[in-house]
Amino acid sequence: MSAEKMAATAEVGAIAVVPTSARRAPRKSDRIAYLYLLPALVVFGAFLLFPLLHGFWISLYDWDGLSPATWVGFDNYVQAIADGALGNAFLHSAILIVFFSVLPICLALLLTGLMTHATKLKGMGFFRVVIFLPQVVATVVVATVWTAIYAPQGVLNQFLSAIGLEAVTRPWLGDFTWALPAVGLIGTWVQIGLCLVLFLAGVSQINPELYEAARLDGAGPVREFFAVTLPGLRPQIAVALTLTVVAGLKSFDLIFVATRGGPGTTTTVPGFEVYRRAFDLNQVGMACTVGILLALVILIVTTVINRIDPGERA
Amino acid sequence: MSPRKTLGSRPGLARVGLALAALPIVAAAACAPGGSSGDTGATTKPTGQIQTDPAKAGKATLTVWDINTSGGANDAMLKLNKEFEQKYPNIKINRVSRTLNDTKTTLKLALSGDNPPDVVQANQGYPDMGAFVKAGLLTSLDEYAKVYGWNTKYPKQLLDLNKFSTNGRDWQTGSLYGVSQTGEIVGIYYNKDLLTKVGVEVPKTFAEFEAALPKIKAAGEIPIQFGTSDKSPAIHLFGVVQAATAGKQAVRDLVTAKGNASWNDSGTTKAAQLVSDWARKGYLTSGANGLSGDAASANFAKGQGVFRIDGTWRLAELEKAMGDKVGFMSPPPAQAGQSSVTQGGEGLAWAVTSKSKNPDAAAAYLNFITNPHADDVLAETANLPAVAPPNYQPKSGTLTADIFGEWKKISENDGLVPYLDYTTPTFYDTLTANLQQLIGGKINVKQFTGNLEADYSAFKKSM
Repeated sequence: MSAEKMAATAEVGAIAVVPTSARRAPRKSDRIAYLYLLPALVVFGAFLLFPLLHGFWISLYDWDGLSPATWVGFDNYVQAIADGALGNAFLHSAILIVFFSVLPICLALLLTGLMTHATKLKGMGFFRVVIFLPQVVATVVVATVWTAIYAPQGVLNQFLSAIGLEAVTRPWLGDFTWALPAVGLIGTWVQIGLCLVLFLAGVSQINPELYEAARLDGAGPVREFFAVTLPGLRPQIAVALTLTVVAGLKSFDLIFVATRGGPGTTTTVPGFEVYRRAFDLNQVGMACTVGILLALVILIVTTVINRIDPGERA
Repeated sequence: MSPRKTLGSRPGLARVGLALAALPIVAAAACAPGGSSGDTGATTKPTGQIQTDPAKAGKATLTVWDINTSGGANDAMLKLNKEFEQKYPNIKINRVSRTLNDTKTTLKLALSGDNPPDVVQANQGYPDMGAFVKAGLLTSLDEYAKVYGWNTKYPKQLLDLNKFSTNGRDWQTGSLYGVSQTGEIVGIYYNKDLLTKVGVEVPKTFAEFEAALPKIKAAGEIPIQFGTSDKSPAIHLFGVVQAATAGKQAVRDLVTAKGNASWNDSGTTKAAQLVSDWARKGYLTSGANGLSGDAASANFAKGQGVFRIDGTWRLAELEKAMGDKVGFMSPPPAQAGQSSVTQGGEGLAWAVTSKSKNPDAAAAYLNFITNPHADDVLAETANLPAVAPPNYQPKSGTLTADIFGEWKKISENDGLVPYLDYTTPTFYDTLTANLQQLIGGKINVKQFTGNLEADYSAFKKSM
């Protein structure tokens, strides 16, 4: 079987090799292209890749941050996965995602539908700025303001009492059932502006002829939304989903300021657990383990989100 | 340890590949985080003559990390540092002032680096000072204490809080690793106007205090203004009650893990029962789990609540807001006339790092900011000096006078019990989370003491 074929392949190989000058040229420019990438790679490596690997390396040790560390291999990971408290923290994160991601995207879609029909509304830019504003404010400030709103004598409870809903009032952030949803709603308030701005930008890119065609076919505003706007916004929805889910998973500052994981342990999240283990409990190795696990979860979740986005393939 | 040595003699491709694969592990093992055990452990003790006169230290810079970022504490440090530099112009003080929270996240890195500050403020207890001593990062101050007379200046109780065995394992014994400027106790602030209004006398015994609560509630006022969404205030409330129901020896044994002390003991159980009852009967602010300690303090200053259990660190804030309408007392004793017991301690310990290039000058600085003159400066800037200042007399009838008086009584009559969160490295979390659950009615007293005991026995086993 071989002699002929080998000769052929050799020939093919030879032919392929012959026009050296034609092949070398792109190679040279390839190398230059890598050179252009180098600065970015150096920055990426120094500030992301190296710390990540270093963090992984520390996660293989039992280390208090000061005295010599002891090598424990993957023991920290085994322990972390078996740790019920950490499991709860991830569960809380999953619930937070509903508030950080699902709710704001639905609400922003609704608002987008409304706003595309309110083109004659004066001061559209003003409303856009107002709705986007929570994104600009530092989370610590947001958390502090909302803590005051949710306080036992806070604005929310005063409002509820004023309209006769005295029975509903409670110390929102101190209530074992309501603390997590209350924190989550702060996230909804923050993320909705981001989603809305993304969607409005997306809508402006949809071909107006599609809307015209839909109207000519007799579609009402609802039908139009589902037939034209929603499909047209797929890429933006994927981006919004990625950004908000990641924000929900890595939330730390909000929890730290608003509840410190309390009452009890009802609002702990992985980010808070990393801080707690590293700085309160002196378990630096374990803290890195939790951090790496969190990074892994985020990586998996975002990959899945990008897979289900058909816009990517279109 | 070098992997090359074992490989050089046998150059085989497979072996090289194997070695390359193993290299990261070997390298990792060779330089584990925290360095090898050889370069730590040995605390530099001052050798030979101690130079007590910084003027003879030559030109030097002392880098000082403190946590006194605000109010009177900052004023005092500014003044003392300026005076030090004026007296010893050859020494420059490079002050780095950060809040307690910021310090917590940066101090460890700074201390373990090659160029640590000369003087730092270390928090007492196992998680901070104990860990620093264990890693050999602080200088023992025993010799300096002799020279500067710190052993006679401070009551034994205050000195012990800043002591550790050199391996960092035993607290409140062994070598002195720091000195403190200020004192602090948790006590009961009371609103004088409201007490008169509801017709209740300032309680003299703990039973009287308990009896006052339902009367105040019946009169339509909040008996104890309390909020603990930021978690730590619950420790102060529980600690005051526990000190009264369990007594000082029992609490000290619990916190320092001595003997067969157990968090299931009758005194702790009774304290948990009282706190749970108070929450259920509405003697504490309703919704306390959703109210921060700061907000509760502000409410109290506005005239909501007759009592407030809090630390002496609220002095400046409450005196400013309430003037002479507010008073302060130590938690009343079980029987009238007995001396009071309460939790408290002293400000973060000023310590000298073991890598400091000028340990003598650093120690002289420590002495300068804790000497009698410094005590006067601290008192004038609305701080509570650890030892009564010689020349400062607060005006009688003021909150300052109450607090200075109570601190003197407690610190000189062996009345301090340590903060409960010192018990184990994880105890702050365990205690505060469980207290929130107890106050919120999520767990009963038995579960509460059981959870604390579980944390405690896990720690004791790991020792």
